[in-house]
Amino acid sequence: MKSKYIEIPYAILCELTHRCPLSCPYCTNPVELEKKSNEIDTNTWKKIITEASNMGVLQVHFSGGEPTIRKDLGELIRHANLLDLYTNLITSAVLLNEDKIKELYDFGLDHVQVSFQDTNAKSADKIAGYKAHNKKIEICKSIRKIGLPLTINAVMHRQNLHNLEAMIKMAVDLDAERIEVAQVQYYGWALKNVEAFLPSREQLDITTKLVDKYKKKLKGILVFDYVVPDYYARKPKVCLGGWAKRFINITPSGTVLPCHAAESIDYLKFDNIKDKSLSWIWKNSSAFNEFRGSSWMSEPCMSCDRKEIDWGGCRCQAYALTGDPYATDPTCELSPHRKVLDKPLSKVSRKKIPDFVYRKRKVNKRKNIGIGHNSQRILKKN
Amino acid sequence: MQVPIILKKNDIPKLSKYAKLKFDIVRNKWIINAPERVLEINESAAEILQLINGKYSIKTITNKLKIKNSNAPKDKILKDVIKLLQLLADKRFVIK
Repeated sequence: MKSKYIEIPYAILCELTHRCPLSCPYCTNPVELEKKSNEIDTNTWKKIITEASNMGVLQVHFSGGEPTIRKDLGELIRHANLLDLYTNLITSAVLLNEDKIKELYDFGLDHVQVSFQDTNAKSADKIAGYKAHNKKIEICKSIRKIGLPLTINAVMHRQNLHNLEAMIKMAVDLDAERIEVAQVQYYGWALKNVEAFLPSREQLDITTKLVDKYKKKLKGILVFDYVVPDYYARKPKVCLGGWAKRFINITPSGTVLPCHAAESIDYLKFDNIKDKSLSWIWKNSSAFNEFRGSSWMSEPCMSCDRKEIDWGGCRCQAYALTGDPYATDPTCELSPHRKVLDKPLSKVSRKKIPDFVYRKRKVNKRKNIGIGHNSQRILKKN
Repeated sequence: MQVPIILKKNDIPKLSKYAKLKFDIVRNKWIINAPERVLEINESAAEILQLINGKYSIKTITNKLKIKNSNAPKDKILKDVIKLLQLLADKRFVIK
């Protein structure tokens, strides 16, 4: 094979755990979750962060599951901060309190992203499968009181897009610096529920207009990051700047991935940090090299003038929807498989929204695994 | 509610906590770390940003740049400084 140009990675995403108190039906984590007993320990995470810094990584994202479940989160933030890395916490916020936030801030946390399911507790808690909304509001206030920068991750879809203006207002009222108007992405568990969440074309057009309007109106107050659901796009989105170009994802058990969903391409062989160094994996792992650059492409990608712009789109989506990971992402209008999107798209015009299936923990057969497994029951009680 | 910042020459700008300027020794260039973004900074922008310390006014920053770049007219430097900082203020990277 032709040697491939290896770039310097910009960011690592540390999925500290798959444990999470919420049961969001659009969870993009894999259908099979990692057990607590398989999670890598504090020293292994520190080693990863140190090595990442030496490789030129500039940012460390702490995510999950719910990363604040891990007792060593503060220690890991401090470790990254001492290496002069930019640290970002991606959290549901429900397990935090003001003291904990203060502690993380003192350890050198640079930025927090809090996800929101909707703008009112009733609907938001129904989606999360947990009484989360009011707690999130309270925690966001503490985050700003302490002086930490805040991004609101607004997860938008068919069932809550009509509340987008209220969501923007909520972000302004909470004095967030930034809002991500994020459409549900249909990977992992979320793919089960695509028909319950995919918005209509009309909803999407209204959304785009609203985002444009508020972007201008709130210049200097709130920064927008808007991701269009790619089922409606004409061209696929570039995934993480291209496969194995900028980004490294590490799972709770130490498997090193080029993207969060890469394990869904089940024939790829991934390396684990317990066996190999991070820089060895970045350069040599067969999974990283499989779709690095453009030499793996077939037509219509190979001769396309956008091949080094979108890098063929999302490999995981191509595999999930066509069975061929080398295929052009079917969200591209040039894809011969574009028609696979017809089935979910044909159902969005139906008035009745199909029921969704809550995220369940498929790990093992024991009844009590971590917290949050009674969340649906708690919800019913209230 | 926050009010958008409009920068003028007597304002004293500083970088917000949300954005961190650093020299990246691996890539050998100045960058700004921001949420899910890394902005690579060109040389002239880096010269301006290194003078932002929460003490110097835009006027002072302009004077200091003028000493280093004696060929450039001062008005032009001032205009460039305000243009860059306003752009960053619109993204909440710069505050005063």
